[in-house]
Amino acid sequence: MSKETAAPTIHIRRSGLGRARGLGTAKSGSAHWWAERVTSAALLPLVLYFVISVLILKGADHAEMAAYMAEPWNTVLYIALIAALFSHLSMGMQAVIEDYVRTDATRIITLLVVKGGIAILALASLISVLKLAFS
Amino acid sequence: MAEFTLPANSKVGKGTTYKAAPGATRVKEFEVYRWNPDDGKNPVMDTYEVDLDKCGPMVLDAIIKIKNEIDASLTFRRSCREGICGSCAMNIDGTNTLACLKPIDDVKGAIKITPLPHMPVVKDLVPDLNQQYAQLRSIEPWLQADSAPPPDGERLQSKEERAEIDGMWECILCFCCSTSCPSYWWNGDRYLGPAVLLQAYRWIADSRDEATGKRLDALEDPFKLYRCHTIMNCTQTCPKGLNPAKAIGKIKQLMLERQG
Repeated sequence: MSKETAAPTIHIRRSGLGRARGLGTAKSGSAHWWAERVTSAALLPLVLYFVISVLILKGADHAEMAAYMAEPWNTVLYIALIAALFSHLSMGMQAVIEDYVRTDATRIITLLVVKGGIAILALASLISVLKLAFS
Repeated sequence: MAEFTLPANSKVGKGTTYKAAPGATRVKEFEVYRWNPDDGKNPVMDTYEVDLDKCGPMVLDAIIKIKNEIDASLTFRRSCREGICGSCAMNIDGTNTLACLKPIDDVKGAIKITPLPHMPVVKDLVPDLNQQYAQLRSIEPWLQADSAPPPDGERLQSKEERAEIDGMWECILCFCCSTSCPSYWWNGDRYLGPAVLLQAYRWIADSRDEATGKRLDALEDPFKLYRCHTIMNCTQTCPKGLNPAKAIGKIKQLMLERQG
């Protein structure tokens, strides 16, 4: 034994079971988990459609872009793509942040900033499609 | 943030090498994690040379031999030496497993042995598993039924009902799976981990239990259950060949099913 080893300070006296039970259950999580799966499945055909439409529009000028977007099917599919993509992104980022960001305050602030940013991007994309479609 | 590096006082240094006796015929090196809470020093990896011609076939045989013949201060848990007690769970050659079920010949070169990852260390290869035991207690791993048992005997199951808990009753609670799970490393204080979730499903799947809804309620939480991202380390590492990831998948499926 080294002479200067101080007795360890005990900061937590709460029982293991008390800590394991914690604040109880949030009674949520299933909807989030399922929505992640549904949006990822929806993104499979939607991303394929997106890639095809980018290939079709290769070299197109603004008028051709606007004409393409004004087709009802294209407007609908693009809005569906934006909805699925950004909601999936938002939920995925939430899971990542909950995994890695510790302390409740930092986690909540990070979640607000990141999800807010994603919401703004989603709105910007949506407005772009609408402006083209209705120009 | 999650901790990706070891704190300064946990950095692992180089330790002592204990040479094999002269005349040893088949020497194998065992690099073993050593940490003593009483000496105030950082952990080190000690190297022990063991003559395999005078040693049993399993890693546990080697570390028992080390303790008996080379260094009595080496501390580890063991009991049954046949994979049924779960005491000698440790990380061998980078994988969590039971030392008693791990053949020495499976590993080429020096065998590196460390405690189960990301747990507080009590001493050397002994991790503090109190958190897991408390989490296991929190899912109430015992039969709960309001119906009285038949007056003339035990509660019966059909063969099919009994088969539902196969692959789960075999779990020996060595916690190799939970301590191999990155989600459990980062959020072990709130995420229950694969071992405890497998036990939770063991009671959900038991036809004699009548508390299924209550059990699911107790798991419906972004942290307790949904920190599982199907990484599958649990299933890959299980020394008993069980599949905790599948049990967790079944729980998630039931959560969905009861939504209607």
